[in-house]
Amino acid sequence: MFKWLHPFAKPETVYHLCGRFYPWLISAGILLLLLGNIWGLAFTPPDYQQGDSYRIIHIHVPSAIMSMGTYSAMAIAAFIALVWQVKVAQWSVLAIAPVGAIYTAIALITGMAWGKPMWGTWWVWDARLTSELILLFLYLGVIALSGAFTDRQTGAKAASLLAIVGVINLPVIHFSVEWWNTLHQGASITKFAKPSIDPSMLWPLLISILAFKVIMLALVCLRLRTAILLNEQHRPWVKAMAKGQ
Amino acid sequence: MVVLVSFIQRELRLLARQKADWLNPLLFFVIVLSLFPLGVGPEANLLRIMAPGIVWIAALLSVLLAAERLFKDDYRNGVIEQLVAARQPLLSFVLAKLLTNWLSTGLPLVLLSPVVALLLNIETAGFVAMLLTLLLGTPLLSLLSVMGAALTVSADKGGILLALLILPLYIPLLIFASAAMEAAAMNMPYHGQLAIMLAMLLFAMALIPMAVISALKLNVS
Amino acid sequence: MVHILTQFPLLLRVTAFVLWRQYANMRPIFIIVDSQSVVITPQPFPVNPGQLILQGTALSCIRQDRVLFEQLNVSVQAGELVQIAGKNGAGKSSLLRILAGLAQPDDGQLGYQQHSLSDVAAEYAANLCYIGHQSGIHEQLTALENISFWRAASEVDQADDFALLAKLGLAGLEDIPCRMLSAGQQRRVSLARLWFTRRQLWILDEPFTALDKSAINMLQQHFVEHLQQGGAIVITTHQALSVSFPHQTTLELAYRW
Repeated sequence: MFKWLHPFAKPETVYHLCGRFYPWLISAGILLLLLGNIWGLAFTPPDYQQGDSYRIIHIHVPSAIMSMGTYSAMAIAAFIALVWQVKVAQWSVLAIAPVGAIYTAIALITGMAWGKPMWGTWWVWDARLTSELILLFLYLGVIALSGAFTDRQTGAKAASLLAIVGVINLPVIHFSVEWWNTLHQGASITKFAKPSIDPSMLWPLLISILAFKVIMLALVCLRLRTAILLNEQHRPWVKAMAKGQ
Repeated sequence: MVVLVSFIQRELRLLARQKADWLNPLLFFVIVLSLFPLGVGPEANLLRIMAPGIVWIAALLSVLLAAERLFKDDYRNGVIEQLVAARQPLLSFVLAKLLTNWLSTGLPLVLLSPVVALLLNIETAGFVAMLLTLLLGTPLLSLLSVMGAALTVSADKGGILLALLILPLYIPLLIFASAAMEAAAMNMPYHGQLAIMLAMLLFAMALIPMAVISALKLNVS
Repeated sequence: MVHILTQFPLLLRVTAFVLWRQYANMRPIFIIVDSQSVVITPQPFPVNPGQLILQGTALSCIRQDRVLFEQLNVSVQAGELVQIAGKNGAGKSSLLRILAGLAQPDDGQLGYQQHSLSDVAAEYAANLCYIGHQSGIHEQLTALENISFWRAASEVDQADDFALLAKLGLAGLEDIPCRMLSAGQQRRVSLARLWFTRRQLWILDEPFTALDKSAINMLQQHFVEHLQQGGAIVITTHQALSVSFPHQTTLELAYRW
């Protein structure tokens, strides 16, 4: 059934495919990012409740959404790597992990910057913030594990296994932290007012989300190409390419 | 089955001959437990309020410490490599390691809980809750730490890396266990928290042995 | 506690079923992780000299960005002793690990008795005895305990091993922890598996390390007997074999930069 996917297990095919997509992805991503963020940060009306400080939503929300989307992409790649022993999937786990970690860090930092004017405090042990922090730890764990072995292939396989264990744990973490937050009767539970948002603010937000997604794909393409070259340096096609250029 | 029993016998023999492997983590548990009153002050009410968190943090740190040595000797001696080549007995080997790890580090924590209750001024209701949460939670701690030990058995700086990898995975258990003990201290029912801990434990018991076998295989390849 | 079971019926029932399947039969139930999870009993190996047992075509191995070997062909027949020779670092141990199924070759295929190795991996493992460079014994256990561990791991019945240890030259040393034995004596304990298991293919990585002359002779005699019964051996060794084996091949691995 999946025969049409078999060519994508070949590193050479993936290398050239990523090379074809990368210019389009990165230019579209930067364009959308500039469009969405400049529109959102400068040209939308101020919120009646939060004034002007809500504007960081155009960076914070897309990066938070993408931090979780990136983890699921990494987990899917890890699953493919472990079940079908596809090397390209192992390398793509390592390609995706730092991108996701950076997105999570951006979400946390922009969230703190938003929280200070909103709640008066930089940090609160809210369910979402705590889950996001633990997500950052999981990403850093995957990156740390991949570098801890002398043999790079063993590190890639171990990191894939850890990514899968982490993804199974992720919903548990989120729900447990949510429950924990409601169990502590003293905590003030704050939720961002999301649903009823004016279209003039909604459109730049959506464009920003799309921009972050496209940039993630572009960065992963770039990193995966580098990883393929690094790991396949002894193959004839790489040597031919190096000689040809 | 016979294979599993003989592997368990082997592990118990090794524990009997290398007593430091299981006595040291227990000592570590008691010492860490004692550090908290020394750090936050000996006021009885404060300790009673903080007791759930203190007990559980000390427990998870000591179980983590005990797991590091689990596969090291067998990896260094080539036992794991030759078992992976033989394929068949690997599941029994892993199960024997899991079981004896819990018997040597989890069960003594449960047995030490009266001492802990004494040190931290925990009352009866809280003590029963602590006993139940330790009974349900320490197997899960063992499972996750054995998983981490198997992943890092051939890594260079295994010890602290193991802690970095596994501590985020411990967090849900920590949350539910300390919530159960707090509810007990306030004389509220805590069946829900125990049920979720049991569910997590069963889920882990079903999946973790497979993951450990995979981890051992990739470490010797 | 009964009402807890009724509150989480589906999850608990499913995990209880999974646990029962897994532990009652003592085999992994997730075949996607270990695709050959059926219990295989080793067949008594056929005594057809010359029958092809293991074949590797176009094998290549890359370790830490060094190409150890490429386009390598290996074949092992019943009754044959294949010696892998080469300088230190030439890739002999890596080749043995690939042949034993521990590592995947970076290129090429392995076949066992005309089947692809990945299809019959469990059957192959049941007919293989791999003793690697490390000893495979735990130094805190006694020789008897180590042998009984490997008996259990190889699914061979437990038996009185005093006679076996006496044959191996360890009479009187059966009951002390192996860390008190010398390196050569530990190596003798680890090689005991070659006597109490009946596996057709032996893959041995430097079996003569630390052994003295009498032990080396005894081991080589055992090799001859094994080959006469239709077994096959793949070894690496730095020492010259002093016994002439009926069917012996040498595969030389070149040391690449």
